[in-house]
Amino acid sequence: MSDPLNLKDADVPRLPRGVRLAPDRVRGGTVLLAPEKAVRLDDIGVAILGRVDGAASFGDVVSGLARDYNAPEDQIRTDVQKFLTSLRGRIYLELA
Amino acid sequence: MTTPPPIAMLAELTHRCPLSCPYCSNSLELQDKAGEMTTDQWADVFRQAADLGVLQLHLSGGEPASRPDLVDLVTAAHEAGLYTNLITSGVGLTPRRLDALEAAGMDHVQLSLQGTNAALADRIGGYKGGFNRKMLIAQEIKARGIPLTLNAVMHRQNLDDLDRTIEMAVELGARRLEVACVQFHGWALKNRAQLLPTREQTEMVKRTVAAARTRLRGVMAFDFVPPDYYADYPKACMGGWGSAGLNVIPDGTVLPCHAAESIPYLTFEKVTERSLRDIWYDSAAFNAYRGTDWMPDPCATCERKEVDFGGCRCQAMTLAGNAGATDPVCVKSPDHDKVVALLEEVDAADAEADFTYRVPAG
Repeated sequence: MSDPLNLKDADVPRLPRGVRLAPDRVRGGTVLLAPEKAVRLDDIGVAILGRVDGAASFGDVVSGLARDYNAPEDQIRTDVQKFLTSLRGRIYLELA
Repeated sequence: MTTPPPIAMLAELTHRCPLSCPYCSNSLELQDKAGEMTTDQWADVFRQAADLGVLQLHLSGGEPASRPDLVDLVTAAHEAGLYTNLITSGVGLTPRRLDALEAAGMDHVQLSLQGTNAALADRIGGYKGGFNRKMLIAQEIKARGIPLTLNAVMHRQNLDDLDRTIEMAVELGARRLEVACVQFHGWALKNRAQLLPTREQTEMVKRTVAAARTRLRGVMAFDFVPPDYYADYPKACMGGWGSAGLNVIPDGTVLPCHAAESIPYLTFEKVTERSLRDIWYDSAAFNAYRGTDWMPDPCATCERKEVDFGGCRCQAMTLAGNAGATDPVCVKSPDHDKVVALLEEVDAADAEADFTYRVPAG
C-alpha cells in the first residue's frame, strides 16, 4: 500500500538540522543522533544514510546501493523505501 | 547481569528559576546558588559522561538560563561530543544569547509550555509575563531554524486545551510535541487534587493524541506520557532503574532519576567525590533496583517484568511506602486498592483550591 511519506525517485532526501550520524566510541558502531533520541544503526542503515547527502536523489541512492551490493534494484528499493519512510515519519529525514 | 553504559544524562545545572510551577520535578529541598557546581566542574562531568557512553545531554534546571555561564557549559558539552539539548522555559533567553548558544553547538531546544494563553500559563507558572516572553523567544527559535520540541505539561487545569496546544506546537514549527501528563512526585504530589486529571480527560487525551499522531505524521512527532494512575500496567520508568539514564543535580549528587531522593533509605553519591563511572557501575543506590533480582511477587513471576521493570520505584515509595514494592498502579499489585481509592477521591477533590507553588528551601 502506498504511504504519503514514500519517496519518489526524483526526491532528494537529507538529514534535517539536529539529526546526524555519529560514531559510538564506547559501544562501537554508528548511531543516528536526533532530538532527545539516539538510534543504533545496522550496517544497512549506515550504508543507506552514507548515500543521503542532500544531493543524491532517492533513485540515485537505490541504484548506487544496487551496484555496491550487486543486488536487484527492486529489492533494494523496497528496503530503502521502508527505512527512509520510517525516518520521515519521525522527522529524522526531510526532502531538499 | 551486565550493566550497560548510560545513554542519556539530565544535568540540573541550577535549581533557580523565575517560574514556580506547582509540579516542578526538582527535589522538595531546592538547592541554592552557593552549592552549585562551577563551570569547570560541570565541564568535567560532561567529559566523564561522554567517556562513559552518554550520547544525549539534557541541560535543565530549574531554569538553565539562570546560569550566567550557560554558553560556556554548552561549549563544554559540545566539545565533549555530546548531543546537547537545552530544556528551558524560555525566560532568561534573549536573541543575542540564542545566537551565542547556536554558535557554541547547542543542537536542540525543548521549550516548556504551561498553558495556551497568558492567563492560564502565568497562573500555573506563578510568573506574570512569562507566557508572553516565552512566545517571543519561541519565534526567535523558529526564525533561526533551531530544532524545537514543545513540552506541554498537561494536567486537570489545562487538558481541556489540548487541541489548541497541538495547534500551537505546529504554528511554532515544533518537530516534536511531548504531551507529558504530570507524574506525581515531590511538588506535584502536594498539588495532586488540583492536577490529577479526571477519567474523562484521561480517555480524551489518549484519543486526541492518537488522532493527531496520524493526522500530523511527517509534520510533527509525538511523545506521550499518559496519566498513569488510570493505567492497568505501570510505566517502564527510566527504561529500568540504572539502565539507560542518570541525573546530576546542582551540587553534583548523582541520581538514577529526578525523584530518587524521595526514597529515604538510599544514599546518593556526589561526582565531586567519586567518578561518574564508579557511581554508575558500583554505587549501592544505582544497584539497588537494577535488573530483576530485587523484584517481589507479583513482578518476579510476571511475563511483563522486562517490559515495565516493576514500574516506578519512587511511585512505589509514595503509594506503598516501599520503593521495593510493585508499582501500585499495576492491577496485579497488592497495593492497587490505594490507587483505586485515590481515583475515587478525585471527583470529590477541590480542584479549584490554590496551588502550593514551589518555593526555595529554608
